[in-house]
Amino acid sequence: MNNWITQVVTVTGMNIRSLPQRWGSTMVAVVGIAGVVMVMVGILSIAAGLVDAMTDKAPKDIAIVLRAASTGEMDSIMSRDDVTAISEAPGIARIDGKLLISPELFVIVDVLRRSTGTASNVPMRGVDANVLAVRDNVRITEGRMFEAGLNEIIVGRGAQEIFEGIELGDTPRWGNNTWTVVGVMEADGGMPESEIWADVRVLQAAQNRGSTIQAVRVKLESIDVFDSFKDFLTADPRINVSVKTESEFYSEQSRFFSIFINSIGIFVGVMMGLGAIFGAVNTMYTAVSARTGEIATLRALGFGASPVVFSVLVESLLIGLAGGLIGAALAYLIFNGFKISTMNFQSFSQVTFSFAVTPALLKSGVIYALLMGFLGGFLPSIRASRLSISTALREL
Amino acid sequence: MKFLPLIWSSLARKKVRTVFTLLSVFIAFLLFGYLSAIKAAFQGGVEIAGVDRLIMVHKMSLINPLPFAYKRRIETTEGISAVTQASWFGGYYQEQRNFFAQFPVDPQGYLDMYPEISVSEEQKQAWFADRGGALIGRGIANRFGWQPGDRIPLISPIWRNKDGGNTWEFTISGIFDAGVEGFDTSNMIFHHEYFDEGRAWGDGLVGWYIIRVDDPERLQDKAKELDAMFANSPRETKTTSEKEFLQGFVDQVGDIGAIFTAIISVVLFTLFLITGNTMAQSVRERTAELAVMKVVGFSRRRLLSMVLSESMLVAVLGGGAGLGTAWLIVTTGGDPTNGFLPAFYIQTKDLVMGALLVIGVGAVSGALPAMQAYRLENIVALRKVA
Repeated sequence: MNNWITQVVTVTGMNIRSLPQRWGSTMVAVVGIAGVVMVMVGILSIAAGLVDAMTDKAPKDIAIVLRAASTGEMDSIMSRDDVTAISEAPGIARIDGKLLISPELFVIVDVLRRSTGTASNVPMRGVDANVLAVRDNVRITEGRMFEAGLNEIIVGRGAQEIFEGIELGDTPRWGNNTWTVVGVMEADGGMPESEIWADVRVLQAAQNRGSTIQAVRVKLESIDVFDSFKDFLTADPRINVSVKTESEFYSEQSRFFSIFINSIGIFVGVMMGLGAIFGAVNTMYTAVSARTGEIATLRALGFGASPVVFSVLVESLLIGLAGGLIGAALAYLIFNGFKISTMNFQSFSQVTFSFAVTPALLKSGVIYALLMGFLGGFLPSIRASRLSISTALREL
Repeated sequence: MKFLPLIWSSLARKKVRTVFTLLSVFIAFLLFGYLSAIKAAFQGGVEIAGVDRLIMVHKMSLINPLPFAYKRRIETTEGISAVTQASWFGGYYQEQRNFFAQFPVDPQGYLDMYPEISVSEEQKQAWFADRGGALIGRGIANRFGWQPGDRIPLISPIWRNKDGGNTWEFTISGIFDAGVEGFDTSNMIFHHEYFDEGRAWGDGLVGWYIIRVDDPERLQDKAKELDAMFANSPRETKTTSEKEFLQGFVDQVGDIGAIFTAIISVVLFTLFLITGNTMAQSVRERTAELAVMKVVGFSRRRLLSMVLSESMLVAVLGGGAGLGTAWLIVTTGGDPTNGFLPAFYIQTKDLVMGALLVIGVGAVSGALPAMQAYRLENIVALRKVA
């Protein structure tokens, strides 16, 4: 056994020392694998970032109540009576005896995108003064909260970075109303950062919505009471609503987009990976054939076939590892934290989020690179072990 | 040409190597073709937008409706040859994930406005005659397997009907195809009258207007003129060319499109580097043989052209098969999201680009080793043989 290990170490060391002689083709194999890992991790980080902003950052103890059959907040409609019925449900958290319940209006307004100067549908939400107690993940980090009854708005940090004309103190005009930006809000990168908030009554008037609202958010005593809260409301004959946790709601909203992006990422990754494996196979074949004489000499000296196989595999795994690490590092440097805004067709409005190159993605990138290296080295290593010693030595 | 067998035999010399090289070229161009179809999807039909059409929406945003009464005022404006309306129905079939776009429209007016909608005369007449009838795009027909004559209930969360429910019944009158490659067939159109009479609220309101201008040169002027007409009213308008309107959606999807274009470039660069190297390697390895050929009397020029033809042959075989397969998958397999994407096809310019790239890869990957072979001194070359 010791002897076998010594043989492996010797042959592998010899291979690696001779690497500089084949620098060109080795580098191409490394670059190929690095490219695959970078592209795949990069694409997958888009979906990971969206899911992170929409689902992971959603508060765990908030339920959202919509009209039954609606596909989102945009096409839901509810009355003040619905809100009264909802407030009778059990399990709603209170502060100083006051129920933590937030009736909200959800519309879109045209705001210009900084990068193109063209209009985008930015979500605008009407909320009441109670909202920061219900959605306690939202903080005003600059300026102040809007004042009830006034045409004042607060703007999400993410939306502000992507769109223009909504800086603190700006006075955007939508329809026949002019608003003043009085505050900036943050929510650890969650959905409110994509939005603009105003007083619900002012927004109802501006949008000719009467006293209707679209969604009711409720802070629950804890997530454990969610089922009984939901059962109570769905059993109530006066109202016709659907009840979801906020993370459940946003995970449905992001599902199509994340599946779409993930399938593109995996498809591109697998196809490119095949290309890279073919490249690695050719590189390793060249490596083996360049060392035919050396391998034959070793075999003639009494080295076994398996250390030779092993050494070729180690070399190609090293190529895979180098490519994987370079690709993962590049993906992290280029993509991580890159902030964009895109259309969420489920809500017909812009969602702002940052790409997330997660540790899990980096790990799978490197593992994939090792797999490519292994597959690239497999056939050539078999060829190396099957070399006919006498033929090879004759060529020396 | 008489050297074709020689080229062939040099390819057959290391079969495994040649097969892997061909496969990697194949994959590079398969991906190129497929990704350009995805890129076309992100461009959302901007390239085929009508040059004489304007789209008028509410100034605040597309979701706010416009009065039906605007139609007559637009119609009678000088320089406008046609106007028709559409609205957003926002329905789904059975479950929310079976969502697709439906528009209540004026049948004759809408089909006149969009000659891109290709439907048989017989189905068209059937649709005109049936007020509860609908025309569905080929994409939708494939997605749900619907046939003319099928009755389908759709649930619209936005539009409650007069029975107090949200379920609306339609009969499929026919299926329309894209008369122009890339035209969106992922939607359904039905009678505005049926919609207007059935809905419980929103009387006299429509979603947007599509307007045809006599002279495409005056598109922008007419847009300004129309907006001025409704300025300072409770419902102000924003009128843009169809191209700008669609481009607006592309911009809304935003940087993702640009990121994909960048990613495609990285993908192609990587793959072409790998394939180029593989092809070059196979020539480098045969330096000795080339030397022998030179010594036995092959001219430098001949050797050069043989090496180049060989790499060109590999590029054309592998790349052609790759592009062809991509085209087949995209054309017959269709959209990977099964009808969600408004367009999914390989644009002609991308096919031409692909063909040029095939030649480019063949030339570049053959040229370097070919030049080495060209410069080879007989004596140096022969030393490698020994």
